Amino acid sequence: MANSFSEPARWRDLDKLLARCGNIVGPGFEPSPQLRQEIGEFARVLVVGAGGLGCELLKDLALSGFPNIDVIDMDTIEISNLNRQFLFRLQDVGKSKAEVAAKRVMERVSGVNITPHFCRIEEKEIDFYNDFNIIVLGLDSIEARSYINSVACSFLEYDSDDNPIPETIKPMVDGGTEGFKGHARVILPGMTPCFECNIWLFPPQIKFPLCTLAETPRTPAHCIEYAHLIKWDEAHSGKTFEPDDPQHMQWVYTEAVKRAELFGIAGVTYSLTQGVVKNIIPAIASTNAIISASCALEALKIVSGCSKTLSNYMTYNGVEGTHIKVTEFVREKDCLVCGPGTRIDLDTSTTVSQFIEILGEHPKLLLSKPSITHRGNNIYMQSPPILEEMTRSNLQQPLYYLMGKVRKDTVHVSGMAENNGKKSSSLRKLCVVFKGIAAADVATQMDTAGNF
Amino acid sequence: MAAESKTKYDRQLRIWGDQGQTELEKASVCLLNCGPTGSEALKNLVLGGVGSITVVDGTKVEKHDLGNNFLLDEVSLGQSKAKCVCAFLQELNDAVKAKFVEESPEALIERNPSFFSPFTLVIATQLLEISLLKLDKICRQSNVMLLVARSYGLTGLVRICLKEHDVVESKPEHFVDDLRLHNPWPELKEFAKTMDLNVTDPVVHKHIPYIVILIHVAEKWADGHGGCLPTTRQEKKEFKDLIKGYMINMDEENYKEAIESSYKVSLPHGISSQLRQIINDNNAAEVNSASPDFWILVASLKEFIENEGAGEPPLEGSIPDMTSLTEYYISLQRIYQAKFESDCLAIEHRVRTILKRIGRDPDSISRAFIKNFCKNTRKLTVCRYRPLEDELISPAISELQKYMTDEDFSFSVSFYILLRAVDRFTANYNRFPGLFDNEMEEDISRLKTIAVGVLSDSGLHGSTLAEDLINEMCRYGGAEIHPVAAFIGGVASQEAIKLITKQFVPLNGTLVFNGIDQKSQVLAV
Ligand SMILES: [Zn+2]
Repeated sequence: MANSFSEPARWRDLDKLLARCGNIVGPGFEPSPQLRQEIGEFARVLVVGAGGLGCELLKDLALSGFPNIDVIDMDTIEISNLNRQFLFRLQDVGKSKAEVAAKRVMERVSGVNITPHFCRIEEKEIDFYNDFNIIVLGLDSIEARSYINSVACSFLEYDSDDNPIPETIKPMVDGGTEGFKGHARVILPGMTPCFECNIWLFPPQIKFPLCTLAETPRTPAHCIEYAHLIKWDEAHSGKTFEPDDPQHMQWVYTEAVKRAELFGIAGVTYSLTQGVVKNIIPAIASTNAIISASCALEALKIVSGCSKTLSNYMTYNGVEGTHIKVTEFVREKDCLVCGPGTRIDLDTSTTVSQFIEILGEHPKLLLSKPSITHRGNNIYMQSPPILEEMTRSNLQQPLYYLMGKVRKDTVHVSGMAENNGKKSSSLRKLCVVFKGIAAADVATQMDTAGNF
Repeated sequence: MAAESKTKYDRQLRIWGDQGQTELEKASVCLLNCGPTGSEALKNLVLGGVGSITVVDGTKVEKHDLGNNFLLDEVSLGQSKAKCVCAFLQELNDAVKAKFVEESPEALIERNPSFFSPFTLVIATQLLEISLLKLDKICRQSNVMLLVARSYGLTGLVRICLKEHDVVESKPEHFVDDLRLHNPWPELKEFAKTMDLNVTDPVVHKHIPYIVILIHVAEKWADGHGGCLPTTRQEKKEFKDLIKGYMINMDEENYKEAIESSYKVSLPHGISSQLRQIINDNNAAEVNSASPDFWILVASLKEFIENEGAGEPPLEGSIPDMTSLTEYYISLQRIYQAKFESDCLAIEHRVRTILKRIGRDPDSISRAFIKNFCKNTRKLTVCRYRPLEDELISPAISELQKYMTDEDFSFSVSFYILLRAVDRFTANYNRFPGLFDNEMEEDISRLKTIAVGVLSDSGLHGSTLAEDLINEMCRYGGAEIHPVAAFIGGVASQEAIKLITKQFVPLNGTLVFNGIDQKSQVLAV
């Protein structure tokens, strides 16, 4: 690879870290003048999100010696992105964030190769995510974080003593910001808490009680939510409200103003209407820059070993002075996502369709419409139609038979589950154990498993 | 503001408002050295719409700049770094006036100190102590704010240098509302009296605002306790039970809110120690025609507290949302607002009188400014930073000693000492320690000797630094690692925004970045 990316003169500064030995470094750090090139050849990084954090991350990672980066984002560029998403210009409005961001970074950092994916994260096959050595998240939604986390954790395998197998750990670095505050965290599934282990760090958004909106409004936000949640449906039978349609927003604003006047409430503005309806989180360039830089630095340290890594959660708060704090959270022992899997005991005669029923009723899972895979084989797929048709005949077969008559193994199921009162796509790892199989058989089973 | 700017800046206007944006657009910022640290700091300000920027750098773009500075590309090679960075910054936001000066910052500091006086803020990056000492003096003399940012391997620092920064809108995240439940004024008491906690209509009962509930219960409590409000833990518990006694049904949200907020009746009277310190500041005691508006308002506030306020600051006038019938809530809002307006008027009167007395136009401070001040009196913040020279001549020995023995701070304080040692090394040898692979061993022992000198000059005789960290500093060899630079530059721009908008509280101390385990700390040295 004789392109400009490998020129030593260009990487004079970074090479000081990568080529020189130190005493405060990560495990397995092998400094050498070739290390940067080796990283360039083997390391593939995925950046999830090409927004405020994503733009910064792409730049930071490209200048941290990662020449092979992918970026995935379904969004298109809006004017209100331009105060911080520095890879975008006014003339880019409406275009794919992932595509424009990739192009801009490649224009400026020669030799770097960024592959954009302009689609939803759920649209990609699970295996797509397994191709990366590290996944860096620059997201603003809990649902998306939760999804990527479950995908990364699904690659994790445990040995027979329930210890995580190191080669199957897919490291993640996650960043998030709100106004002058943000966090960066390192997730090594099986070793450090996953996103789901500390889900309580992200409390669900508080909603106003409907009776307050309907009967005793007191604040401008109450008037806005009344227009948005109650009045809209009354006035537009069946038509869904589109927050990105300015006419819809204008209608809600006008109705909110009327309601506020009726009750003598001051302070409804168009800007507040947008903020309340779209749940806009304030965002600025500097906080995004700080958090992304932390995340990129951790990615560099994880991949190269050139220093210790953050263990495991850093918060930055710049509201009153500057406060930076590192907290070492602990794993949730029974985490459904990063643990060895939710244990499910089945009879050897349990069919796939009976198994699907069990998943729907299992109190910890409550998983509907599941697709089931076992060691990469499709047991039953809900979609696409062609796969559904191909796997439909398995529904009446015993799962034990389809899993190759093993006593105990990991099964992945993806379907719809309830998270914080909302249905969303979820991936779950199960530890399926068949009853009545002698433990003596286990040794032979393990041998077979090793052949995969 | 034009509609397009409103939309473009929407996400930040929700943080610092039109007022903050106006301040930002008025500001003129000078950057010294446009390596990655400085370039990234300025990038964030340009995106936000700072008024004008001046990039100062005397070097030409070399290959190694392309490996850590996103604002430079292949085409820039061999050209003026300041010019290239400036051109890219301009591309980010055409509303910003971007200029560059191709000259070394050290030379400007040495030969042309008046160069700095027109700026609102100077961001000095990657400068050595020796230049910073001079620059600090220059900026203090001409009342220009100075931000220092330094990236060095996996460490770095950010600090603020200026005489005084006064904040009215400090916008703290958590602040107890000023409801005066411990001391309701007549109109509020009157309103509370119009409501009966024993009302039979259940809908009305569960919609009495908690402010009214607490005033009633507090009055009842005081009657039975010689006029006193609950103070001890036991009394506070009994007070809550007293509230509970009025509930006709356990799901009455307003009573739950009253119990949760019951501590508000026991809040201490009067002003906080922080506010007391501000009103007793010398700047407020002796206002004259040269006094900043802020201190004239503080002087008026002091008079108000000692007179009309009877020990209390002006009421803020806003109340939080609470379960209530709409009409009760709106009435309460009006009562609080009216008290705020009358307190404001009293302060305004005092402001005008003081202005007249000191020979200034009595109308030279706007009513809007006074009102905003009154809304924020409990949150006023004054930040002062001592000159860099003082820090070197008379270091805060006890603080330093504390940090040296505190595990959470030991890396940060060591980096602080070592960064100073690196500057001395560089002044001696004209290069960074560890710049060349073949002199690594010698440099480690040289840096160690110098660091011991810095320690003893800082009053830390006998303290030692971890060998591993001295090695690390030499390993870094002055490298500017992009993500570290982006972090340091990011923090610098964040502080710049706080200083320029005069909102939120800026960094108070020296932030030492610890890129090893991210346990960065702010040192008060
Ligand atoms: Zn977990």
